[in-house]
Amino acid sequence: MNNVLEYMEQTAPRLPDKVAFANENTELTFGTVYRRARGTGSALAQRGYYREPVVVYMHKHPDMVNAFFGVVYAGCYYVPIDEEMPAHRIGLIFNTLNPRVVICDAKTRENAEKLNFGGEILMYSEICETPEDTEALRKIRKAALDVDPIYIVFTSGSTGVPKGVVACHRSVIDYIETLSEALEFNENTVYGNQTPLYFDACLKELYPTLKFGATTYLIPKQLFMFPVKLVEFLNEKRINTICWVVSALTMISAFGTFDTVKPEYLRTVAFGSEVFPIKQFNLWRQALPEATFTNLYGPTEATGMCCFYRVDREFGPGDVIPIGGPFRNTEILLLREDNTLAPDGEPGEICVRGTSVTLGYYRNPEKTAEAFVQNPLNTAYPEIIYRTGDLARRNSRGELEFISRKDYQIKHMGHRIELGEIEAVVNLEDDIRISCCVFDDANRKIVLYYVGDTDKNSLAAALRSKLPRYMLPHVIIKLDALPFTPNGKLDRKLLKEMYTGGKANG
Amino acid sequence: MDELLQILDEIHGGVDYENCTTLIDDGILDSFDIISIITEVSSAFDVQIPANEIVPDNFNSAAALWKLIERLEDE
Repeated sequence: MNNVLEYMEQTAPRLPDKVAFANENTELTFGTVYRRARGTGSALAQRGYYREPVVVYMHKHPDMVNAFFGVVYAGCYYVPIDEEMPAHRIGLIFNTLNPRVVICDAKTRENAEKLNFGGEILMYSEICETPEDTEALRKIRKAALDVDPIYIVFTSGSTGVPKGVVACHRSVIDYIETLSEALEFNENTVYGNQTPLYFDACLKELYPTLKFGATTYLIPKQLFMFPVKLVEFLNEKRINTICWVVSALTMISAFGTFDTVKPEYLRTVAFGSEVFPIKQFNLWRQALPEATFTNLYGPTEATGMCCFYRVDREFGPGDVIPIGGPFRNTEILLLREDNTLAPDGEPGEICVRGTSVTLGYYRNPEKTAEAFVQNPLNTAYPEIIYRTGDLARRNSRGELEFISRKDYQIKHMGHRIELGEIEAVVNLEDDIRISCCVFDDANRKIVLYYVGDTDKNSLAAALRSKLPRYMLPHVIIKLDALPFTPNGKLDRKLLKEMYTGGKANG
Repeated sequence: MDELLQILDEIHGGVDYENCTTLIDDGILDSFDIISIITEVSSAFDVQIPANEIVPDNFNSAAALWKLIERLEDE
C-alpha cells in the first residue's frame, strides 16, 4: 500500500451507503465522499494544479474532510486553515506557502478575498460535483510515490512564525496501521471528533474511518461548553470511541456531569497533549468501568502520536500516568546532552526514529536542520531522527514518563531546575486541579499559576516542606482556569505574558 | 445583578452584558469563559451550579444567568 486513498478505494465499493463523516445535521456516505473526492481532484487537475500546496480554508464540516481527499487525488497536498484562525496568522502562513489556489466555502470566501494573495479562489460546492476525469486521476496515481507529501499543518514556532510540518503518505499509513492496532479500531467504531481539523490530531479519526469503514461525527464545538449536552450527543450518536485533549475530558468530569448522565456506548477513551489530573481521571474510570483508557503522546513532527500507554493499573494521588512506549515500527531514543543514551531513571530528550518522522518544515531549512538531525548513535550512514525537545525518563517498569519541555529547564542560582518538576509536586497537593510554572527571565523569578480550592498561603506552606529551597516559586497566583492553546496544551506563553505584562502595567 | 455584571466584565470584557442575549449563540463566550464564570459565580454567590444547569439557555444573557443564580439561592 503506497497511498492513503487506497483505504477509501477499498471501502467505498464495499459500504457505499454507510455514513463516513457527519456532524449534527449533515451525513456523507462513503459513496458520496469517494465521488466528491474524485470530482474535486479532477477539478484541480484540469486547472493545472499538481504537486503543490492547496489551502483548504473552510469551516469545520464533513465537506472540509472531503476536500482534503480531493486535494490528495490531484497529487497535491492539503493545508487546512480554520475559519476562526486570526487573519494575522493566516497571513504568515500564506507568506510561507505562497499558494496558487485556495478552496473555500460560503463562510470563508469573503475573508479569503481579503487576503489578496494573488492566487485562485475555488468554491468547494462548485468543484466537488465535477465529473471525474478518470484518465487524469489514473496518470496522477501512477506517478505518485509514498514519500510524496499529503498535508502540511502549521505549528507555532518559538519565534512567532508558524512552521509548516510536511508529512508524506508513508508516514500517515504507518501511523494509521499501528494506531489502529493499539486502540483496536474496527468497522463498528464510531468516533466523536473533538480536535480541530487544522492539526494532525484529526488523523486519528479521519483515516481509520476510511480504512475500516467506520463512522466519524464532528462534534459541534459549542457542546464542549455544556457537559450534559455533550454526553447526550455522544449517546444519541452511539459514539464509542473518543480521542480528546485532557481539558475536554475534565470539562465533563469536573462539574459532576456523571451524576446526571453517563456516556452509554463509550468503550475507548484516548487522551493526550497534557497531564491528566488523577482525581479527574479516576472520575472517568469510575463512570466507565468497561472502557479502556489510553494515554497518547507525540509531536506533529512525528506524524500524530508516537507513544501510547494503555492504562492497566490503578493510579492514586501523586502517581503519574506514563506515556508508555512507542507504536510498532517506531523507536524512542532518550538522549542526554552529550548525545548518549540516558540510563533508566535518568532524564533524556525524546528522539523519534522511524517512518513516522515527517519530511521537515516547509521552506524552512534552518529550523528543519535544528530538529531533524542525523542519529548521533549512527555514524555509518545517513539516518534522520526528530528531536522533540521533550524530556522523559524510563521508570522501573520500563515505561516512559513525560517530564516536561526541555525549554522549561531553567538555571536558577546555579541549580538546573525543571519547571515541570515543580508542577508535578504542586499537582500532588490536595485540592489542586492543575498548575503551571513559568519563569520570569528578567527578574529571575519562578511564577506558579494554579487552579484549585486551596489558598496560596497554605499552598506555599505545603510546598516549603516538599521542594528544595531553590525550587520554591517566588510568586503564586490562583486562577479560575488555566488558558489552553487551540491544540489543547497549556498556554505557557500567554501565562508568562500575563505575568510580565501585568507587572509592566502596574 | 451589578456584581454579576462586574464578574462577567472582568472575565471577558468589551461586551454589552446588559443587552446581549446571544452570548452563546453568537460564539461570544468560549469554554474558558464558561468555566471561569461558573467558578466565580459559585464563590461570589455561594451557589453550586449543577451540570444539568450548564446549558446554553442559562448563559445566553446576564439576565438568564442572574435568574439561575436566584433560583439556586432559593433552593
